[in-house]
Amino acid sequence: MTSNSPAPPPIANHPPLRLHVPEPRFRPGEEASFDGLDIPAAGSVRQPEIGAAAAEFRDLAYTLVRVLDDEGRAVGPWHPHLEPERLRRMLRAMALTRVFDDIMFRAQRQGKTSFYMKSLGEEAASIGAAFALAGDDMVFPSYRQQGLLIARGWSIQDMMNQIYGNRADRLQGRQLPIMYSAKDASFFSISGNLATQFPQAVGWAMASAARGDTRIAATWCGEGSTAEGDFHSACTFASVYRAPVILNVVNNQWAISAFSGFAGAEETTFAARGIGYGIASLRVDGNDVLAVFAATQWAADRARTNHGPTLIELFTYRAEGHSTSDDPGAYRSAQEARNWPLGDPIARLKQHLIGLGEWNEERHAAMDSELAAQVRADQKAAEANGILGHGLHQPLEMMFEGVFEEMPWHLREQRQAMLDEQKAAGL
Amino acid sequence: MSDHQSVLAQAQAPDLAEMTMIGAINSALDVMLARDDAVVVMGEDVGFFGGVFRATAGLQKRYGTHRVFDTPITECGIIGVAIGMGAYGLRPVPEIQFADYIYPALDQLVSEAARLRYRSAGEFTAPITVRSPFGGGIFGGQTHSQSPEGIFTHCSGIKTVIPATPYDAKGLLIAAIEDNDPVLFFEPKRLYNGPFHGHYDRPVTNWSGHPSAQVPTGYYRIPLGSAAVWREGMDVTILCYGTMVHVVADAVAEMGDVDAEIIDLRTLIPLDIDAITRSVAKTGRCLIVHEATRTGGFGAELSALVQERCFLHLEAPVTRVTGFDTPYPYSLEWAYFPGPVRIRQALRAILDD
Ligand SMILES: Cc1ncc(C[n+]2csc(CCOP(=O)(O)OP(=O)(O)O)c2C)c(N)n1
Repeated sequence: MTSNSPAPPPIANHPPLRLHVPEPRFRPGEEASFDGLDIPAAGSVRQPEIGAAAAEFRDLAYTLVRVLDDEGRAVGPWHPHLEPERLRRMLRAMALTRVFDDIMFRAQRQGKTSFYMKSLGEEAASIGAAFALAGDDMVFPSYRQQGLLIARGWSIQDMMNQIYGNRADRLQGRQLPIMYSAKDASFFSISGNLATQFPQAVGWAMASAARGDTRIAATWCGEGSTAEGDFHSACTFASVYRAPVILNVVNNQWAISAFSGFAGAEETTFAARGIGYGIASLRVDGNDVLAVFAATQWAADRARTNHGPTLIELFTYRAEGHSTSDDPGAYRSAQEARNWPLGDPIARLKQHLIGLGEWNEERHAAMDSELAAQVRADQKAAEANGILGHGLHQPLEMMFEGVFEEMPWHLREQRQAMLDEQKAAGL
Repeated sequence: MSDHQSVLAQAQAPDLAEMTMIGAINSALDVMLARDDAVVVMGEDVGFFGGVFRATAGLQKRYGTHRVFDTPITECGIIGVAIGMGAYGLRPVPEIQFADYIYPALDQLVSEAARLRYRSAGEFTAPITVRSPFGGGIFGGQTHSQSPEGIFTHCSGIKTVIPATPYDAKGLLIAAIEDNDPVLFFEPKRLYNGPFHGHYDRPVTNWSGHPSAQVPTGYYRIPLGSAAVWREGMDVTILCYGTMVHVVADAVAEMGDVDAEIIDLRTLIPLDIDAITRSVAKTGRCLIVHEATRTGGFGAELSALVQERCFLHLEAPVTRVTGFDTPYPYSLEWAYFPGPVRIRQALRAILDD
């Protein structure tokens, strides 16, 4: 065969190609400082009109919407002006989430369940949003938004029953701990497979729009998960159909042991992912619950008035290990969490409330011990229904229910075989 | 175990070390990275951290970030990129963190890796080895427990390998990496740190002292497509692989009165059909055991093959012991798992026929 390709261009004096492989700035044992991080002053970022075209505020994908300043004052155009009672409820929801995480983490260490994931330091990402959404807006969370369920007043005992896979588990012992589902709280079933919830949230929102409903959808994933194809499919559909959906990327800097550079953070922000799709995009201080609230409220208003989707990057830090299965000391500097420049979301809201004269240290301490007592009482009640692998559990036949709406013959046969097997084993 | 002994005998003075299955896999990667500079190891958390199961521990430090590197979290991307690197001339060994997360990569595996040689008439190939932990027994729920091998054995063009011991894991992984076709290398995660006999209520065992944990530190291969006779016997042939080899062997040993021939298939595609037919012709009975769901599983293929090729020798129906046709039920794991009781019951039924 003869080649039709044109003659190659003259060889230029190029250096050899080089492969770039990202490296995080700090590794275990190293000093970690975030001094170089560009953190705009609270209140310095403008707030676009609800109906503004996404192209008019692309700069908001490269900055940080912040409301609470270093002294805990709420400032600037995104200040949501919430009444103190609402602020106290937000504080309480964050504190409850933290206590719950702490006690369930310990339950795993005590062998009462096989797995747990904390949201330490990221509570505002869920709770700020939950307070800004309507209670019947549909949320499609990842595994780290337990705060949504808690903010919506869901039963702590019910969550624990799921974690223990016990006799009282509404999800019938079938799902890994913390993969909750709570339709009555408009909370979609959590999947273990990353980013699958993103296009699903868009689809729910499209359906709501197609039916002339008023409810919108919101979804969350980690920055690492934005690499999955599902994230990009979701952005395309959201943009094409102007779906009434809020796409949240919780950038907590780490995806298990991979720093955000492996999801593309060396070159741009995660909020900027939205720009290429023509989606309104905001980058928000994720440890500032008022900023999270305000950005979510703005995005929700936009969606509700048929101005389409918003992508929100919540810039935060995963202050603990990925889950009970890893030791973060093996891959990152322990100083990072300590030196994280955006502080602790609970401490920041507390400082704000104290500054308003609406809160004090004594009330805070009293709240903490009251919540701890409440969660411990819930734990005791949940454990009366069993813990994983010991004593009370779901009836074994439950395994065969719910594969289909109606059980086909082969599953009925297998169920009987399982029961015979248990009998033969003397169980 | 026969080639274990023969390799040990052949090698002049093989440097042996006791290894867990994780250690053996790490050693295979180490050997191949050292031997062939086209080999690259990639995947989520495999670099600095060394993998969530530690299979790649220390490799990045030894071979640098161009040979052993973390990837973005996109399984479709990982396999697609591995195919592209393979087209360039590298020999990628991508890891999918859990077999349960291989589905986003299905298109790249099934429509691309498996088809490249065929559709380009051999111009392009995909010499990639996809490692992935699979199987249950760790209370991992439905997304850390699945056994999806049957999906891949069903699509022409991908080899599927499943080791049951540290010794086999290393020799098979080296052979898989050297193979010019795409290979799925499923690692039974419940065996990573010790053999598991299906008795979840007994203390955990480790590989220490196990004969197959004696692994040569250097290079050796176990050819793909060769099964291993785990135990010779006259009464019944048991076909199994991965974790189930140990569960079966222990169930047979505990029964005491069953002279079973246990065959560890080691490679599902290409299958060692001669080892199977030879054995069934001898015993006249066949039990197939896998942890994967039943319907359309690899056991169905095995059953059809035995029926087609050994019909006149059969004295009892070919029987399957498998996981049930449900998602892996988190808290009910041990009622789901095809353990010793299910195996015993099936053996009694076959032998009574
Ligand atoms: C499809 C898929 N691939 C891989 C995994 C394994 N995995 C679980 S969590 C995780 C890291 C996710 O990081 P990120 O999206 O940043 O969320 P974060 O955990 O930080 O909240 C990985 C790789 C998975 N669950 N699903």
